[in-house]
Amino acid sequence: MIALSVRDLSLAIGRTNIVDAISFDVAPGEVLALVGESGCGKSVTAQAIMRLLPAAIRQTGGEITLGATSLSNLPARAMRDLRGRQIAMIFQEPQSALDPLATVGNQIAEALRQPLAKVRAEVRQMLVEVGISDPDRRIDQHPFELSGGMCQRVMIAIALIARPAVLIADEPTTALDVTIQAQILALLRRLAAERQTAVVLITHDMGVVADIADRVAVMYAGRVAETGPTAAVFATPAHPYTALLLASIPRLSDVPKSALAVIDGQVPQPADYGAGCRFAGRCPRADRRCVAETPALRPVADGRLVACFHPVGG
Amino acid sequence: MRRISLGTALIFAGLLAFIVAAIGADVFASNDPLRQSLLLRLRPPGTATATAYFPLGTDDLGRDLLARILYGARASLMVAALSVSVSLLVGVTLGLMAGWFGGWVSIVAMRAVDTMLSIPAILLAVLTVAVLGPGFFNLVLVLGLTRWPRYTRVAYAQTLQVAALPYVRAAEMAGCGPGRILLRHVLPNIAGPLMVVATSEFGLMILFEASLSFLGLGIQPPYPSWGSIMSAGRQYVVRAWWLTAFPGACLFGVVLCVNLFGDWLRDRVDPRSQGR
Repeated sequence: MIALSVRDLSLAIGRTNIVDAISFDVAPGEVLALVGESGCGKSVTAQAIMRLLPAAIRQTGGEITLGATSLSNLPARAMRDLRGRQIAMIFQEPQSALDPLATVGNQIAEALRQPLAKVRAEVRQMLVEVGISDPDRRIDQHPFELSGGMCQRVMIAIALIARPAVLIADEPTTALDVTIQAQILALLRRLAAERQTAVVLITHDMGVVADIADRVAVMYAGRVAETGPTAAVFATPAHPYTALLLASIPRLSDVPKSALAVIDGQVPQPADYGAGCRFAGRCPRADRRCVAETPALRPVADGRLVACFHPVGG
Repeated sequence: MRRISLGTALIFAGLLAFIVAAIGADVFASNDPLRQSLLLRLRPPGTATATAYFPLGTDDLGRDLLARILYGARASLMVAALSVSVSLLVGVTLGLMAGWFGGWVSIVAMRAVDTMLSIPAILLAVLTVAVLGPGFFNLVLVLGLTRWPRYTRVAYAQTLQVAALPYVRAAEMAGCGPGRILLRHVLPNIAGPLMVVATSEFGLMILFEASLSFLGLGIQPPYPSWGSIMSAGRQYVVRAWWLTAFPGACLFGVVLCVNLFGDWLRDRVDPRSQGR
């Protein structure tokens, strides 16, 4: 069974293509990490799934399916009803993603479209589930009275109280301390498993991916470079980009002996995307074919797909 | 408890006196503001007769000036409060919608604002009263429907700012419709600056009411208004200074208090001026 399916999604600003035919599926209870560097199109992909793209960005192709419902042709009104109920989202800056003038309880109750008085017990129970101590006091507090970690727990409560089928988490731990990060990730992982929520986790942090993702899709410059089970991708990365990315993570044992490993060059700007593989300009394995043709995703070992003519180890 | 300076205390005292006088006009006035007594015309402040005392004197028809000023305060307060409410409602609704929906909604709303702001308010009021006829409700209507553009501008600019904040986007992602987002999330967060505008407009409304009544287009005789009392006293200003001096002083004092209160409120609402 598949909770959320994205097929050949393409997005553009004007004529400039920024996301090019990306596809992925998430099953209930599964955590899929969408990983890539800034500007590779992770966040706009999330916005496209919610159908809340900024005015400048257009969807030029592809199909998004939630359960059995195709979102692409859904009327605006029906789409609004799905948001928060069937498909929810949490954000990077938990403290600014909560209304400063509304109490925690009211904001959670809003996700149920009910007045707080009516659903107070349920809201309180949700606060307990996301691990907030002293829920009877917290429920009537304002966001400024909470720490960043608590705000993120409240965001998770808001996102999950209506039991959505899909949760999109856009860099949920970037703004938090490392210790709090681990707690929040563990919480997300546990709630997703308990409630059979499909999670799309957007991040640039390989450590976060290794921590909680079942599967990973590595994005580069608006395309999926490689996708597969997290353990397999980490153990034997097939795409040269994935391999170099993992090699560039400093290991405690190497420091301070070696210089940091880096990938030479820079991510191309969307306007400079050529006809071939977008990583070709920085890739040590690239040849003339890579510059001229776009490699399609094709299967390699361990249930993985990779978009490369010369995969590592293949 | 935060300490309040003497100046602030005076502002509050002035405003409180105005509101209490307006609401309790019938309690404080010992004489009927409409009862004429031609034998007691233009008596100076402090005049006492066998049956009545006139602390601020009498007007050209022998009516008690204190009572007329107290009832005039009531007229001022009611006109100002109602017309500010009307323009607040109209202006903020337009501003919120223009800021949220953008596109042609904002173009229409903001061009309407520019148009309204380029028409002299007094002229528009005179024309409207000439068509509709003078009176309390027409006065409120005229003031309310001509003074909304400032609210629209402020609400528009603030909505644009707040709409880009993560919590508004989060509300959208959570499936809130535009009505709910604007009323529950945007409006409370832009209320501060709007209250500051409303306060300064409140002072202006009191002045406008007085001006229009002075011109005979506002509160109609025999009912008292500070403007119409001064208008009637104008011809006696040499013989009976109290007819213009007392309502004028009241007008000046109240509007000054309202404006100072507006400054105080702005300092409290605007975080940039805090801690100074």
